[in-house]
Amino acid sequence: MVANTLAPPVAARPQRSRSRSWLRLIILLAIVAVVLYPLIWMIGTSVKSQQEIVSNIGLLPERFTPGNYTDGWSNFDVSFGRFFLNSAMVSLLTVVGNAVSCLLAAYAFARLRFRLRRLWFAIMIGTLLLPAHVLIVPQYILFRTLGLVGGDWPYLPLLIPQFLATEAFFVFLMVQFMRGIPRELDEAARIDGAGAFGIFRHVILPLSRPALVTTAIFSFIWTWNEFFRQLVFLSELSDYTVPVALTLFIDSTSQSAIGPMFAMAVLSLLPVFVFFVAFQRMLVEGINTSGIKG
Amino acid sequence: MALTTAPDPTRRGTGSVRPPATRRGTGRIRHGEGLAGYVFLSPWLIGLMGITALPMLLSLYLSFTNYDILTPWSEVEWVGLANYERMFTADPSWWHSVRVTLRFALIAVPLKLAAALGVALLLNRAWRGVGLFRGLFYLPSLLGGSVALAIVWVNMFNRDGAFNSFLALFGIEGKPWVNDPDWALETLMVLAIWQFGAPMVIFLAGLKQVPTELYEAASVDGAGRFRQFVSVTLPMLSPVIFFNLVLETINGFQGFTAAFVLSNGTGGPIDSTLMYTLNLYIAGFTDLEMGYASAMAWVFLIAIALITAVFFSTGRFWVHYSDGEDR
Repeated sequence: MVANTLAPPVAARPQRSRSRSWLRLIILLAIVAVVLYPLIWMIGTSVKSQQEIVSNIGLLPERFTPGNYTDGWSNFDVSFGRFFLNSAMVSLLTVVGNAVSCLLAAYAFARLRFRLRRLWFAIMIGTLLLPAHVLIVPQYILFRTLGLVGGDWPYLPLLIPQFLATEAFFVFLMVQFMRGIPRELDEAARIDGAGAFGIFRHVILPLSRPALVTTAIFSFIWTWNEFFRQLVFLSELSDYTVPVALTLFIDSTSQSAIGPMFAMAVLSLLPVFVFFVAFQRMLVEGINTSGIKG
Repeated sequence: MALTTAPDPTRRGTGSVRPPATRRGTGRIRHGEGLAGYVFLSPWLIGLMGITALPMLLSLYLSFTNYDILTPWSEVEWVGLANYERMFTADPSWWHSVRVTLRFALIAVPLKLAAALGVALLLNRAWRGVGLFRGLFYLPSLLGGSVALAIVWVNMFNRDGAFNSFLALFGIEGKPWVNDPDWALETLMVLAIWQFGAPMVIFLAGLKQVPTELYEAASVDGAGRFRQFVSVTLPMLSPVIFFNLVLETINGFQGFTAAFVLSNGTGGPIDSTLMYTLNLYIAGFTDLEMGYASAMAWVFLIAIALITAVFFSTGRFWVHYSDGEDR
């Protein structure tokens, strides 16, 4: 299978190449089925009645049961609307924090000369591979000592790091992007009398929009799906974000909660799916620019 | 901000006279630029110090203590290497979590990369449907890390789940795989492999960089397709394979969400899904043994650093960088 697919352009033998491309299409469609099946099954299950979830093994329900959505929405003492608002707030503020702080750091790394620049850059690359789990215990202790865990506004421990460019991935992505902006533009602005700030404001910032958009999309999706830190830092039910709230269903999984649980799972993936449809190209290309160049 | 648009007085007049003052890399630090550099870098620097470096040092200190969140700082005791000793000699569940994590990474990562490469090869040649397929295959990578999808996965491999209905088509009677200690981790591996889209996208971009002349030359020399794959595609793709391997291995070691959801935070059934990070979470936030959890975190960090170092030192022997070709 592998061997007959990486072909160099085959000019002759149209007969064989046609049957080959049919074979390839069939294999690809089979993979599409495997990839999409869990998602379709999830949506189908979310509109099945409790009885059908056990008895009907097909993808689609015999009787459409939208009631799972209203049941799930108000399954706990706090409505899912609140969880969605909390998640949206954390995600949007994270987007702002990452965009601003990572752009500033990236400009310094990509364009400015200053002492120890290479050392700081190497350290930044090093933190790319630093697992979040390694830092969680001491961060929890520090934020708790500062009175920020479970404080008046319990999202600060989630958001403060995002405003301090700790997401090295985005810094790196933007550095890579800025390296592609012609330096002649900087020089031209400098001749016109602009300093480091002026060049940032008038050259780099407007031209970095694509990198900013990529950063915004990825940081929204990742934060929306993020679980570990939200699990650690949020303790009040009314402060929960969607992922943390979804785990409440697991505690109570008597069979009866499966329909509502699936309904809320579907709703929780909806924003990501919308982003995917709207920005598919950009997402795929974002992976590439950050991935292999350099 | 008015400040950002104000022209720098020290530059006026000299800029047009001086030839392109600093070439990249070798330039001297321009007057004022060093300061500006640190101004722009300051949020990152504060983050590095406060959110990364300080916690790391604190965690190193804590790993030699019996700290739990409940005792006041004044009563925290220095216990020397006791946490590390306990981990290596007296805590079978720690060793167990190491085995679970290694098994997960050693099986799931190669299979995921093989799937990614195989599908990338299928999609490689330019034709109309590529964009659509590429997008569809990438979708699981966006959704797969979420709690929602982990919930779906656990139910899919449960007694009444979709997987058993599928097996029933062939007359095979399934079982609640997620409750079976011999199979629970495997269902999580399948979830990881299902997310082959992200490395696939990177492979696809790498394949595009392979010059067609190489295939033509190989073909003239009489190399068949398999030979071309081994002698042209694999070496040309080796930097991308290396990149994906390092990244996916490190990610594989950190699997948390799905294991948490499957076991409701316990690592069960019978510790079969006790991934290292889940074990660390239980030690730190369920048992509140934060000193011990810190020791676990440091061992984890050192292990990841060592594995990365091993990758990079062996990479010299099999990663082929072609010069100038893709510039």
